[in-house]
Amino acid sequence: MSFPFLTVTAALPAAGAIVTAAVPAARRTAAKWTALLFSIATLALAAVVVVKFDPGGSGPFQLTESHTWIKDFGVSYDLGVDGIGVALLALTALLIPFVILAGWHDADVLEGAEPNRRWRPTQGFFALILAVEAMVILSFEATDVFLFYLLFEAMLIPMYFLIGGFGDRAHAGGDEAAATQRSYAAVKFLLYNLVGGLIMLAAVIGVYVVAGTFSLTDIAHLRASGDLSMATSTERWLFLGFFFAFAVKAPLWPVHTWLPNAMGESTAPVAVLITAVVDKVGTFAMLRFCLQLFPEASKWATPVILVLALISIVYGALLAVGQRDIKRLIAYASISHFGFIIMGIFAMTSQGQSGATLYMVNHGISTAALMLVAGFLISRRGSRLISDYGGVQKVAPVLAGTFLIGGLATLSLPGLSPFVSEFLVLVGTFSRYPVIGIIATIGIVLAALYVLVLYQRTMTGPVKATVQGMPDLKVRELVVVAPLIALLIFLGVYPKPLTDIVNPAVHQTMSQVDQTDPHPQLEASR
Amino acid sequence: MSAPAVHSLWTTTAADSIGSIPSPHIEYGQLSPVLIVAGVAMLGVLFEAFLPRKARYHSQVILAVLGLAAAFAVVVALAADGYGSASKAHIAAEGAVAVDGPALFLQGVILLTAIVAVFTFAERRLDPAAGSHRVDSFAAEAAAVPGSDAEKDATRAGFTTTEVFPLLMFAVAGMLVFPAANDLLTLFVALEVFSLPLYLLCAVARRKRLMSQEAAVKYFLLGAFSSAFLLFGIALLYGYAGTVTYAGIADVVDGTVRNVDPALAGTMGNDALLLIGGGMLLTGLLFKVGAVPFHMWTPDVYQGAPTPVTGFMAAATKVAAFGALLRLLYVVLPGMTWDWRPVMWGVAIITMVGGAIVAITQTDIKRLLAYSSIAHAGFLLAGVIAASPDGISSVLFYLVVYSFVTLGAFAVVTLVRDAGGEATHLSKWAGLGRRSPLVAAVFAIFLLAFAGIPLTSGFSGKFAVFKAAAAGGAVPLVVIGVIASAIAAFFYIRVIVLMFFSEPRADGPTVAVPSPLTMVTIGVGVAVVLVFGIAPQYFLDLASQAGTFAR
Repeated sequence: MSFPFLTVTAALPAAGAIVTAAVPAARRTAAKWTALLFSIATLALAAVVVVKFDPGGSGPFQLTESHTWIKDFGVSYDLGVDGIGVALLALTALLIPFVILAGWHDADVLEGAEPNRRWRPTQGFFALILAVEAMVILSFEATDVFLFYLLFEAMLIPMYFLIGGFGDRAHAGGDEAAATQRSYAAVKFLLYNLVGGLIMLAAVIGVYVVAGTFSLTDIAHLRASGDLSMATSTERWLFLGFFFAFAVKAPLWPVHTWLPNAMGESTAPVAVLITAVVDKVGTFAMLRFCLQLFPEASKWATPVILVLALISIVYGALLAVGQRDIKRLIAYASISHFGFIIMGIFAMTSQGQSGATLYMVNHGISTAALMLVAGFLISRRGSRLISDYGGVQKVAPVLAGTFLIGGLATLSLPGLSPFVSEFLVLVGTFSRYPVIGIIATIGIVLAALYVLVLYQRTMTGPVKATVQGMPDLKVRELVVVAPLIALLIFLGVYPKPLTDIVNPAVHQTMSQVDQTDPHPQLEASR
Repeated sequence: MSAPAVHSLWTTTAADSIGSIPSPHIEYGQLSPVLIVAGVAMLGVLFEAFLPRKARYHSQVILAVLGLAAAFAVVVALAADGYGSASKAHIAAEGAVAVDGPALFLQGVILLTAIVAVFTFAERRLDPAAGSHRVDSFAAEAAAVPGSDAEKDATRAGFTTTEVFPLLMFAVAGMLVFPAANDLLTLFVALEVFSLPLYLLCAVARRKRLMSQEAAVKYFLLGAFSSAFLLFGIALLYGYAGTVTYAGIADVVDGTVRNVDPALAGTMGNDALLLIGGGMLLTGLLFKVGAVPFHMWTPDVYQGAPTPVTGFMAAATKVAAFGALLRLLYVVLPGMTWDWRPVMWGVAIITMVGGAIVAITQTDIKRLLAYSSIAHAGFLLAGVIAASPDGISSVLFYLVVYSFVTLGAFAVVTLVRDAGGEATHLSKWAGLGRRSPLVAAVFAIFLLAFAGIPLTSGFSGKFAVFKAAAAGGAVPLVVIGVIASAIAAFFYIRVIVLMFFSEPRADGPTVAVPSPLTMVTIGVGVAVVLVFGIAPQYFLDLASQAGTFAR
């Protein structure tokens, strides 16, 4: 048996979480370093997985592992990755060290004056981040529906504590209001996702009743040999059960409302964790599970989903324009971007789907850059309101510059990586659904508006008194931002490494859904 | 006279001489778990009578644990001997008691929960000592009027109600027979044997004695009412089938009865007797299970009873009652599946949804857990409705998962205290996560298990029953079940929010440091949550092996 790379990649952050949580209360800094080292080790291992992964390899999944787990439920511990999984796994492993580094002092305010043996927020904060990382990585690797479902639901718990326990202290209404809002946001996050997940549970049970197995490979075999008898109505109900859960997670209009609360009330690194890492599980699962398990129903639902995605794009962008709170603005921008991702997935063209996959990665990086710099900004002034800032670029030019690049990436400026993916999504959608493709471009126009107005109001103009003497980015903060920006530029100019990995998997998915591209063919990577 | 056993008894007597009337054939070995527990209970009564007061507590605790452990060992030995499998399972004691897979499985579960419950009964470190005497959760002298001089004297003298241990043992003996009972009279006797001690146990709380006594009276009155229903149902079924044995009634229901005498021929066509009788029998059992609309007693009794008793009652009673319900529906009334299924559908739906919705408005942790137990009864009923071997084994599995977690959760409730005893009002639990992260974390684990979050035992159990129900054609029930789970998740999460994200109150409760006894109870609960959540296969196998009833 070959070395279980995938298991170890997920087990390493899990072990890191346990070790970090066990660090004695007085050794806060040691806990931080432990978490950081584990996340870097995970990144190294993820790099090995990327190298080991053969884009041209045969079979739907590579580096597979399979062990029987709960025989009575037909559940096995099946792991395997395709190009899409590898790309998102790499993204997750890449972002976590930056998240940890950016959140270096986030738990400090919760520490009591005396080290307390029982109350260890620092250890808890970083352990929870690593626990989320472990579950997200494993969910990108799971090729068993049940195993995926377990992780999909279980990751809510550490996320819930991260949002509710370690929220943003910069709040207009003071500490009391902050605590109430935070708890509200955490509960809203959990309930939305739990309801989605439980409805999916009914569909998961339905899959078992219909197919008798949870293994994606087995189900694909059954389907290929014609042994899978699924009535059209059954397939549609099951599809809806799955899709609902993923739409909540992604999030898609009209079940998106938890995201602005969750991102607004949590600290910037946790907000990045939500939108750049955890939410990707939702869009990933649409590609992996909705399309592959229920191809017919996916085609059936496409028109409605595209319209919902379109509404997300325009509505999210419009609301972003109207926000007064920096973090909520970024949250609504994310909703708009998730609309693009979902539109790309369900356009059912290879450009659309590779674009959507690239979009997941690029959105992860660009939002992380923008949000983390915004977090640095907010931590300096102690306010999330745009109106409290002005003229920052004169006192803190590096901060303003990085903020601008993050913003430009968010509005998909050519030359930065999100442009490639947004372009592909639009081309892919246009070739099949021209009207929807055209309307979606409104989202790009509005993106320019909300990003540039945000920059203009906070960074340019006369220096506000409250901003006077604001320190520029520190070394730790630069270490966080610089690599992300470098990556944005690199993948914007030369996206081939990413497209090479993603494209074969997209073609695989397309053939499973039994779809071919409309003519004329446009190839993403050429 | 339809039962062949009776016939042969008569004929052999007539043929042989009067001097050799055969005594009924009792398989003492196979019945020994019950006999051991009942014997220990009687020994406990003798201890109460003859041992000096000082020696009673320790001797009672040791006796109870040893007795339960011995009975459990016998159950395991019987199961290892093959009595759990379909080939060797049979009906013992002249048709009165079944020794088969479900019976042995549930007896094992009841005995283990009872051992754990004895630990919580014996906990003496939580309540502040009265003078130099350590006290447990039970009244100094149950007979003394609350607030009277007699009570003060008894407290000062350091009396404790060690009678709770023999009472517990009697209840366990009845519970062991209940799911194994194979004729209706045995069922009724078992019901009374386990109910009466429970009524008493509910009344003997040390703190809040009036509430405890009120709970006991409520439980007793409603329990007596439900017993009456059960008994009336038994009478009607006897009128219908001319026999009280399960197999005999099942034969008449199926129409496969061999010799029909004129009296039976006159009644067996009378479906009214069967339907009304069966319905009343179900009512009696659903009352014990705590299913809506027969659940009214649950919150009051759970709140008023001493918490260790609540935990035991919530866990073991449910196990025993679901065992009896399964046997009744699968052995006596399988021929009527089409008749009872719609009714049980209705009951399951209102139980799941009702329990979950009403729980949202609760402000007392014990009442909240009571409504949560009602919702769980609904989930269990979904498995019962499957009417398949999968249904039986999933219910067995769920019962294990549920009972130990429930005991653990109530054990945690006993730890959180203020000057008035246990601080059960939810507002007092605010900020517990700040004050005692470990206790709050453990309780959060139990709540997550109740909510059925993946990787906890609650999820495995819920998945098992829902899977069985869906495979049995009850898909709408599963959908309603997951919606009810979502509603239920809301109030479990609310408690977690309260514990972790609310500021602690200045006059908040303290968390008592328990003795190893309670720690074991809680530890067992946590272990069950994790083991059954992550690696449930062994126990699923065990449950599915045990999933065949003997007839």
